[in-house]
Amino acid sequence: MTTAPEILSDSHGTPPAALTETRPMYWSVRRELWENRSVYLVPLIGIGVILFGFLISMIRLPQKMRGLSAVGTARQYEIVITPYNFAAGLTVVMAFIVGFFYCLDALHGERRDRSILFWKSLPVSDRTTVLAKAAIPLAVLPLLSFVIIVTAQLVMLVVSTTVLVGSGINPVVLWSRLPFVQMPLALVYCLIAIALWHAPIYAWLLLVSGWAKRATFLWAIMPWLVLAAFERGAFGTSAVGKFLQSRLIGWFAQAVEPRTPGHSPLASLTPGTFLSTPGLWIGLAFAALFLAAAVRMRRNREPI
Amino acid sequence: MACIEARGLRKTYGSTVALDGVDLRVEEGRILGLVGPNGAGKSTALNAMLGLTPYQGELTVLGRNPWTERDQLMNDVSFIADVAVLPRWIRVSQVLDYVAGVHPRFDRAKAERFLARTNIRRTSKVRELSKGMVTQLHLAVVMAIDARLLVLDEPTLGLDILVRKQFYDSLLNDYFDRSRTIVVTTHQIDEIQEVLTDVMFIDRGRIVFGCSMEAFESRYAEVMVHPEQAAAARALRPIHERQVFGRSILLFDGVDRPQLAALGEVRTPSIADLFVAVMGNRTGDAQGGTR
Repeated sequence: MTTAPEILSDSHGTPPAALTETRPMYWSVRRELWENRSVYLVPLIGIGVILFGFLISMIRLPQKMRGLSAVGTARQYEIVITPYNFAAGLTVVMAFIVGFFYCLDALHGERRDRSILFWKSLPVSDRTTVLAKAAIPLAVLPLLSFVIIVTAQLVMLVVSTTVLVGSGINPVVLWSRLPFVQMPLALVYCLIAIALWHAPIYAWLLLVSGWAKRATFLWAIMPWLVLAAFERGAFGTSAVGKFLQSRLIGWFAQAVEPRTPGHSPLASLTPGTFLSTPGLWIGLAFAALFLAAAVRMRRNREPI
Repeated sequence: MACIEARGLRKTYGSTVALDGVDLRVEEGRILGLVGPNGAGKSTALNAMLGLTPYQGELTVLGRNPWTERDQLMNDVSFIADVAVLPRWIRVSQVLDYVAGVHPRFDRAKAERFLARTNIRRTSKVRELSKGMVTQLHLAVVMAIDARLLVLDEPTLGLDILVRKQFYDSLLNDYFDRSRTIVVTTHQIDEIQEVLTDVMFIDRGRIVFGCSMEAFESRYAEVMVHPEQAAAARALRPIHERQVFGRSILLFDGVDRPQLAALGEVRTPSIADLFVAVMGNRTGDAQGGTR
């Protein structure tokens, strides 16, 4: 290769560095949201359904609250907090599923419809593109989940308070049991922990999406299933299965130590344990590796 | 300063050779037509210039290595493949927003002015537009980018003749300013003969012919020969001969026009005629070689 002379680039003036770095990133993420409206629509619709279910459960609320005085403090806490945790948990699961399928299509769809030729005709690097796509499950979805969960919980609080006041019950039982400040803080912590823990999964899916010509779902899943089946048949063990399970839900055992109900949610968080888990860092290293490979794929692969 | 310079450009897909040692040099301010049969390597050559495909050999576009510096190169290069590359889900306004967001040399007002001349609505999605409208949209975007090289790979494929004509008219009147360079491949080569400043033929991964249009017009002449003068005409060694309505049309390379005028009606051949002649001779050579 000849070395590129630098004479030409000056005649038009090079754009400022800030423009070349952050603006393409910002617009690439926006572009992803234009194309993949399911990223925010699915969690929004999901939480709508959950709230509707909660609304129906309000019929039984006054009766339940009257019964609360009879049970112990711990049980009271559990009954009050359950719907709030349920809404949060389900949103997190929805965000994972949305992120999973988003990543599987992210680098495949643009090759399938040949639009990659249009995107590549613009001064946006393959790295920026891949990182923007990775930012959807790793940053946008957690942020969106936070907003959705906190809003939903506020709605739930307002609705249940109204119902209680309407049926002549003092809502102080409810309010005194809900950890208002700690709950969002614990939520932020959990969302970050989940995103970091799941990073290699999303990166793997992006890599497969950039590599496979078709059937991205099969390519992403089958190797693991085949490996697990082989292991089980050959050695009678299930290390692969356990590994997959720990990749999916292992963050919880490391990041949170469930205490007896009634404690502050913050007291059950164990960031020290989480951050010193080798699995977290090995996972992040693999995520970086997969993303780097996905960038190469984006550069090398042609429209299908 | 050359806009594009390639030396020994090679590209293989498995055992298929797409580019077999291409050497070419395109100066700035030229409009080059790259002509070749299907599978000759036109698109592969353009893709290599655009950093869309890896290659062997030396290739410099605007002083950059397209494969390693694609993103910087695209500040100065615009590219229209065919009508199918604009994503179907995107809205017209989103195309403008996005390009304005990522391209430092995009003049949104200019693109809006071009679009105002069309029936394209800002709220439409690309999938709702006709093929011709998608091309108009893409062209409006590309013409509003202050690029130095524009690469067009079959930009008017599948479009009707009115849209095709309009496409090249806008390109010449509103875009080309003699400092920009345009490289275009198309099968409707005769339609853009007047547009081009240079022409190159590519066949089986090699550049088999190349010259400027000025040279083309002075070198090549086509004569519709009177039957009684056919023998005299053939003595001047035409490079190609074809029959139309019982009369011979002979194509000459570098023969004086006054000399030809005595044989019949002389005119400048179309690029397509020369292409047929050059390719026909090549096929003949290839067969002769294997015989």
